[in-house]
Amino acid sequence: MSAGDLARALARRSFVELTARERARALLDAGEQRELLGPFDRLHSPWLERQGIVPQEDDGAVIVRGRLDGREAVAIAIEGRFQGGSIGEVAGAKIAGALDLARAAAERGAPVLPVLLLETGGVRLQEANLGLAVIAEIHASVVALRRHVPVVGVVAGMVGCFGGMSLAAALCSRLVVTRQARLGMNGPEVVEQEAGVEELDASDRPLVWSLVGGEQRHAVGLADALVEDDVDAVAGAVREAFRRGAPHVHWSEEVERFERRLAAIDPAGALDGAALRRLWKREDR
Amino acid sequence: MSEANGARSRGETWLAALTGTDGIAAGGPRSVRVADAPLGDERARWLAVVPDPAGRFPRARSGEVGLDEAWALARRVREAIAGDARGTRRPIVAIVDVASQAYGRREELLGIHLACAAAVDAYATARLLGHPVVALLVGRAMSGAFLAHGYQANRLLALDDPGVLVHAMGKEATARVTRRTVAEVEQLGREVLPMAYDVRSWARLGMLDRLISGVDADAPSHEDVRRVRGALGEAVADARSGPRDLLRRLASPASRELRAASTEVRRRLAAQWDAV
Repeated sequence: MSAGDLARALARRSFVELTARERARALLDAGEQRELLGPFDRLHSPWLERQGIVPQEDDGAVIVRGRLDGREAVAIAIEGRFQGGSIGEVAGAKIAGALDLARAAAERGAPVLPVLLLETGGVRLQEANLGLAVIAEIHASVVALRRHVPVVGVVAGMVGCFGGMSLAAALCSRLVVTRQARLGMNGPEVVEQEAGVEELDASDRPLVWSLVGGEQRHAVGLADALVEDDVDAVAGAVREAFRRGAPHVHWSEEVERFERRLAAIDPAGALDGAALRRLWKREDR
Repeated sequence: MSEANGARSRGETWLAALTGTDGIAAGGPRSVRVADAPLGDERARWLAVVPDPAGRFPRARSGEVGLDEAWALARRVREAIAGDARGTRRPIVAIVDVASQAYGRREELLGIHLACAAAVDAYATARLLGHPVVALLVGRAMSGAFLAHGYQANRLLALDDPGVLVHAMGKEATARVTRRTVAEVEQLGREVLPMAYDVRSWARLGMLDRLISGVDADAPSHEDVRRVRGALGEAVADARSGPRDLLRRLASPASRELRAASTEVRRRLAAQWDAV
């Protein structure tokens, strides 16, 4: 390591190690920031206590109003340390509600830039059908909002982004990931449970990251930006995403291109992350 | 009706009963059935995901929403959107009997999350553009599969039948993941309403627009089909006259009680949004 590398490494401030609240605040411009429905509003899950789980007064979702490059913004951050970042009724309503308020603001001609910090295993199983329902509502809100203003998603790690919320990540206008991130629909443990260890050994970390890790997702064109685990790098990538604006076509609208890509895959053939990188080149947008 | 009736999935059964066709269409895949067939005095686009033992991806051969299925749903919905760009927006009916999303290594590698997001996007976009989108639950409405096929609808209808199940994770999988027995998972559903699987419990959460009783879900009679068509027609008319978002799901009397916390969150969030 050169002296310069060492200096940069020492100056680096990990984003992954931050809590959801710290992430939201670190991301927005310094200065005036305001948390909405913070812990003192005491809006916690009405479903957890009766199942012997201590609720958290923000239900693991943090909404902070502030600015990005001087423009009005809202950071919506999921706390991966609380129940694995799972989405229950209250956390989900906070997220969907904030997205809808951002849409209303855009419709009034006063856009608020929305950033989603996704650190979640998906539906909170203790609130099962309410979690699933509100995730559908979050999807609806993202699709409606991104017609007005780009929605930027960040998956930093270590929880990653799974379940129904991985669809929310895929609906974002632009997606920022780190090498620590994982993005997939079914968590590796669930795939192993459902399909067997011969299908996927969830304890094989290099294998898991080679399939759904941030670097892999970026390499095959399923994430826009790959950044170091560094506050300034993540914050810079989010600002850059808004500067570039919404892509001409969202990936979730590119049915023909992705069906063509998929048709060229032999499901019976050996396929791993490296092989897919040769087949699916990333295209900047 | 085919002679192999016993082997037919509910999705196949109801698509055939409601459209008079098997829905197998050029461009495939065979697991995603599509038909443009009458509903009331107009033509609707009908969609169902069904098992295909010969499907390309082994993990999506039993009625799961896999990669090919999710992208095909997106394509079929977008065909209707593009086809109606200059005319009346046709109703889109999602006939829902989906076991789960496909669980597999290849599925994850190849981005099943984006595939399902594409289906979500297509249905949500159709709704926002004014297509009346109605989901008819005739069997399982599970997890990510339901998100991709049905949950973006303006109106949600279900058959009142023990085989109609709604949940975030299949019963057996939930038992394995939470290290409980299936009996314990079922017991928990009786104690905590959102954890139940049966459609009557789900109806009590307040999102369902109509529970259709007295219908044979496996072998519908002509009268059963007539009644379901009637309910679908009313849902379409109702959807056309209402807003294009999903907020009505929070406005029902049952929601106001069961999802009171959701309403409270949205109310207070709005109050704080612009506060100085």
